[in-house]
Amino acid sequence: MSTDEKTSPDTLPAYEHFAVEKNPSTVSEYMQAWWVKVRAGDLGSLPIIVGLIVIAAIFGSLNETFFTSRNFTNLLLQMAGWATIAIGIVFVLLIAEIDLSVAYNSAVGAVVMTLLLRPGDPGWPWPLALGVGLLVTTLVGLVMALIITKAGVPSFVVTLAFLLALSGVVLILTTLFTTAGTILIQDRVIKGIANSFLDATVFGIFGFWGWALGIGMVAGYGGSELMRYRSRKSSGLPTKPLSVIALQVGAGAVVILAAVYVANLDRGVPTVMLIVLALVAFWTFVATKTRFGRHVYAVGGNPEAARRAGIDVDRVRIAVFMICGLMAGFGGVILASRLSSVATNSGGGNLLLNVIAAAVIGGTSLFGGSGRVVSALLGALVIASVENGMGLLGLASGTKFVITGMVLLAAVLVDALSKRGRAAAGIR
Amino acid sequence: MTEPILRCEGVSKHFGAVQALYKVDFEVASGEVMALVGDNGAGKSTLIKGIAGIYPFDEGQILFDGSRVRIHSPRDTAALGIEIVYQDLALADNLDVVANMFLGRERVANGVVLDEASMESSARETLDSLAVTTLRSVRQTVAGLSGGQRQSVAVAKAVMWNSKVVILDEPTAALGVAQTRQVLDLVRRLADRGLAVVIISHNLHDIFEVADRITVLRLGQRVAVFRREETTQQEVVHAITAGTLNVVPGMQKDEGYA
Repeated sequence: MSTDEKTSPDTLPAYEHFAVEKNPSTVSEYMQAWWVKVRAGDLGSLPIIVGLIVIAAIFGSLNETFFTSRNFTNLLLQMAGWATIAIGIVFVLLIAEIDLSVAYNSAVGAVVMTLLLRPGDPGWPWPLALGVGLLVTTLVGLVMALIITKAGVPSFVVTLAFLLALSGVVLILTTLFTTAGTILIQDRVIKGIANSFLDATVFGIFGFWGWALGIGMVAGYGGSELMRYRSRKSSGLPTKPLSVIALQVGAGAVVILAAVYVANLDRGVPTVMLIVLALVAFWTFVATKTRFGRHVYAVGGNPEAARRAGIDVDRVRIAVFMICGLMAGFGGVILASRLSSVATNSGGGNLLLNVIAAAVIGGTSLFGGSGRVVSALLGALVIASVENGMGLLGLASGTKFVITGMVLLAAVLVDALSKRGRAAAGIR
Repeated sequence: MTEPILRCEGVSKHFGAVQALYKVDFEVASGEVMALVGDNGAGKSTLIKGIAGIYPFDEGQILFDGSRVRIHSPRDTAALGIEIVYQDLALADNLDVVANMFLGRERVANGVVLDEASMESSARETLDSLAVTTLRSVRQTVAGLSGGQRQSVAVAKAVMWNSKVVILDEPTAALGVAQTRQVLDLVRRLADRGLAVVIISHNLHDIFEVADRITVLRLGQRVAVFRREETTQQEVVHAITAGTLNVVPGMQKDEGYA
């Protein structure tokens, strides 16, 4: 990164003279500072917001069903499983590794759970069956990580081998007990994960818990921003101006509450969003507020620096692959719940590409060290919107693949081009 | 100079048939900048890596603050208060200045949550105390810093932990004129704060600007120690290239040393 340092005393870069930190104090100054960052290539969530608006405009104008509240709730149901698995992929990409086995791993977890749930055979209660399913996928992550770290085999190869092996495991397990290759889920709780809505009417308000969730999110966002503001203020550190915080939280509140409102026009907010949002919030906390999260970014940025700083790099890698396995398990269960079954083709098709695309489209770099957990959610929303819109238009499979591929390519190009600008300007 | 804080007595190291260090004495005192010079293969890196705990010396002893210490791993070195800033600096480009300075030793509040405010204040304090004022923000990523700024961050990281000895490996090798100036000023300030500073460099001009004393290694042996004000660059160059060896390489066995 530091190749072009040959500066003579008379031609120092201008910023070398800025001893005092520039601290924007009004909304307009803040917007200016933000625009400077954007122009330097630190786009943040901008490409994805623009992308979503473009996608919505295209499909909305081509098909009148796209903007209906029914389609909106469908979209949320569609993206839930992908977003969940993509959270794990974000972590793996952060340490500059890859997990190609994640789709079939998710199916293995779902199949194991489904088999354990079969009435009378053995007919386990759902928490136990779910727990074992998640344990299996997490252990798969552990085994792969041990091979990758202890034997020094690239994760690309190890997880490719597991992709093949686990697809076989799915086939074996689903055909072992049924000839049809499809096993229905009959447990009501598991089926309800992706097939129920926060549609209870409390105090005469339809979708009360959906509203509660939305308001809770706004409060959580605003509260964490305020706490940050106060702790920085009390330490005498530069802070974001309060007016900017109010504006950001306000904009967030409008988007979130509008989403709740639209969902409530239909069947209500899907229950599964509660799980997905909780997972996104939890892992965002882990990634940004804990030592472990900091070490994950360090390992992705410069493993040698991390090692010399006394970080156990292998342990971080192993933990990350286990997180990826765990989230694959959660995602697999959500996907199985949506279909109320698992089958020989579970985990196949586009699943792997969709979840990796979701993480990358959301802004997680393939080169490691840069990305956010929430990008899994945003990226999955983009992928689901494209897939959903194309489905409504009744496009042929071939056309769908080509378009999805182009969307991914566009996202990667935006990442690569903005990375140049970021490297030059020195911002994450 | 006062009593040396770090002193190596008669340390040797060989790799197979190659005698990389032979009975070298080396010392540095608090408040002093000691330069370590020598041609390629003179044993500078071997000496530093031995002190760093990357490998043990074959013989000889290390004294820290007057008492004998054993160094088995880099952790031991850090525990003594000796910090080494390697040439490649080992900074994570994607993390900001604060995160890099606290990497591996992050402060947490209530047991879990990173205490960003306290880390930022301390990082700022340390950088200010070293008069590193050219940073735009301690929250910018290291990727965007100039070579001199990166070196400053690496040094600040080293001195933040109440270290007593700081060893800098070729701190100015990749830098331009103005940035070299920055780093040399920083080295001087470290010594003025009472730290012992060891600086390894090929650049005699830099060394004559900043060092108090100069230790010359040649072919794994110490051939001279000069006071800066009592010597000249010619004299040092002569020692580097033709300093008198106690033992002629290849003849050690005759002295009963294997």
